[in-house]
Amino acid sequence: MMIEYQNIFTRVQVHGPDDLGVPMKPGNWPREKGITTNYLLGLIGDAQLGPIYLGALGIMSLLCGFIAIEIIGLNMLASVNWNPIQFVRQLFWLGLEPPPAKYGLSLAPLREGGWWQMAGFFLTVSILLWWLRTYRRARALGMGTHIAWAFAAAIWLYLVLGFIRPLLLGNFSEAVPFGIFPHLDWTAAFSIRYGNLFYNPFHMLSIAFLYGSALLFAMHGATILAVSRLGGEREIEQIIDRGTASERAALFWRWTMGFNATMESIHRWAWWFAVLCPLVGGIGILLTGTVVDNWYLWAVKHGVAPMYPFDLTAPIVDPATAQ
Amino acid sequence: MKLSATTLTASLLVTVIGILLVIPMMLQWERPPMESTQLGFRGLGMEQITNPRLHAKVLERNPLPTPDDPVPNDGVLVKDDTENYKNVQVLGDLDTAQFNRLMGAISLWVAPQEGDNASCAYCHNVENMASDEKYTKVVARRMLQMTKAINSTYATHVAQTGVTCYTCHRGQPVPANVWATNPGPKQAGGMAASRDGQNLGGQPVPAFASLPYDPFTTLLKPGANIRVVTSTALPEGTGQGIKATEKTYALMMHMSTALGVNCTFCHNTRQFANWQQSRPQRVTAWHGIKMVQDIDANYISPLSDVFPANRKGPEGDPYKANCATCHNGLNKPLGGFSMAKDYPELSVPNP
Repeated sequence: MMIEYQNIFTRVQVHGPDDLGVPMKPGNWPREKGITTNYLLGLIGDAQLGPIYLGALGIMSLLCGFIAIEIIGLNMLASVNWNPIQFVRQLFWLGLEPPPAKYGLSLAPLREGGWWQMAGFFLTVSILLWWLRTYRRARALGMGTHIAWAFAAAIWLYLVLGFIRPLLLGNFSEAVPFGIFPHLDWTAAFSIRYGNLFYNPFHMLSIAFLYGSALLFAMHGATILAVSRLGGEREIEQIIDRGTASERAALFWRWTMGFNATMESIHRWAWWFAVLCPLVGGIGILLTGTVVDNWYLWAVKHGVAPMYPFDLTAPIVDPATAQ
Repeated sequence: MKLSATTLTASLLVTVIGILLVIPMMLQWERPPMESTQLGFRGLGMEQITNPRLHAKVLERNPLPTPDDPVPNDGVLVKDDTENYKNVQVLGDLDTAQFNRLMGAISLWVAPQEGDNASCAYCHNVENMASDEKYTKVVARRMLQMTKAINSTYATHVAQTGVTCYTCHRGQPVPANVWATNPGPKQAGGMAASRDGQNLGGQPVPAFASLPYDPFTTLLKPGANIRVVTSTALPEGTGQGIKATEKTYALMMHMSTALGVNCTFCHNTRQFANWQQSRPQRVTAWHGIKMVQDIDANYISPLSDVFPANRKGPEGDPYKANCATCHNGLNKPLGGFSMAKDYPELSVPNP
């Protein structure tokens, strides 16, 4: 049985009685009884679907999120003159733009960014309510609030992009539009406008933590899978009671790189790497246009960007200054 | 647990939707191999990537014309032969033999038609060649002045290669690549959010992005500020906003598409704004923008009242020139083939 058991594409799915979880303290909504099992879910995780806890925060969050998506979607549909076929064909291109620069931080007319402000408001409320929900549900289960704070790091980046930085610059036109390609175009234009974001040290850090997160995730996932035939996936138990799986995994890393994270600390590594990615990224965005206007020139000033040899016999001169 | 019918249906549905989403995407892809040419210092990624199969098709669409054989002068200037040549306002200083050779060439460059004198008749009333009754003749006169202005004052862009009517027209009364103010397809009115001139798929400019689809109306005006990046490390309040940047970005994508080149053909992309690290082609392109701004504003737009409605865009402004009008997918129009040298009268400055 143990040898057969794999974590993905398993041939064996274990089904017990419905698991309702730990008892709830007073002040919580009663648990839904709607539990079902699903074979497809069982392939990639636990086959049991539910119980889902919605609660007041969840309902309000979903409602606000629905309003935001509805505002964005209907305005996208309006931008192709209510044509459903064009809406589907051009969906990735369609967007909802923030107000033009002339409106600054004031409430813009609906037609010129007002809908963007409204969608942004409801989306932000929805996200913050969902954050509160992750915090409260964790507390209700007697858990730590690590998930909520990790989520908060992502919310920080979101708020910097769409609210805090525009606030500091005094202009909502600096914020990100809603839409798939529109927000990607915005990102490319942002880097070009501010002199190449790759020279922003906080962007560098953010990339390091992003790639670092992927690397750590791969190392950790691979390690645990490699020792799961020895019971290694029982990580939590092995934090306090090292088993042979844990010891072999640790030895493997000491053999190969001289140092090993522990069963517990690897999760702190992963948590901090993931959290620092949007955290430092948000700092980098916040400094852009407020404190630094051209990251390449900033990097030249501070000896970060090297100069490459170019043809001194035929220097290229800005023709606008040559006239 | 057995595979239920619902599960099976669900998996099939997911697979089918996935395939339907991926196939149209794959049709846009270009197959390798690509040709890569190093354009700058090693390690900078300054490379021109060309798809040789697509490039061959572009060359096919740009056949080289055969210039007319030279003819000996008649020894009489057009302005001196007032009996045969009346109302010749631009080419009066030309020998009559050269004048007729050029008129014949223009008719084939711009309006080749079947039948006797049919090409001439595209602009002229063949009963009275001097008459300005056809709007095409008035336009052609202005276009001759434009061509002479380009060849005589924009050597910074057209060098000694120069241009003729054929460079843009290619045997069509209206060149294949022109622009007019583009409001985009109809969008819902009332209080629905405006697209702000961007966020549409399938627009000719810029080909695959959500960027503004009409960067020309604002940026191809003389004196327009295309530069968006500041030249100081710290904010000094001189930079442009993101929306202005997106518009410039769209114009640059147009240039890239029109010339069939990458950004790095002109720029060192570590810092788009920096001239010192750019390639000399960027200076040529800069003069090209000035040239297009000039000819659009001073040669084509003033003809607004002359053009009939079917020669104007949806907003009522005439079709104007941008980079693609001459370049047609090549970084040098017609691959750098010079036609102007065979028609030197087109390079004489306007008085």
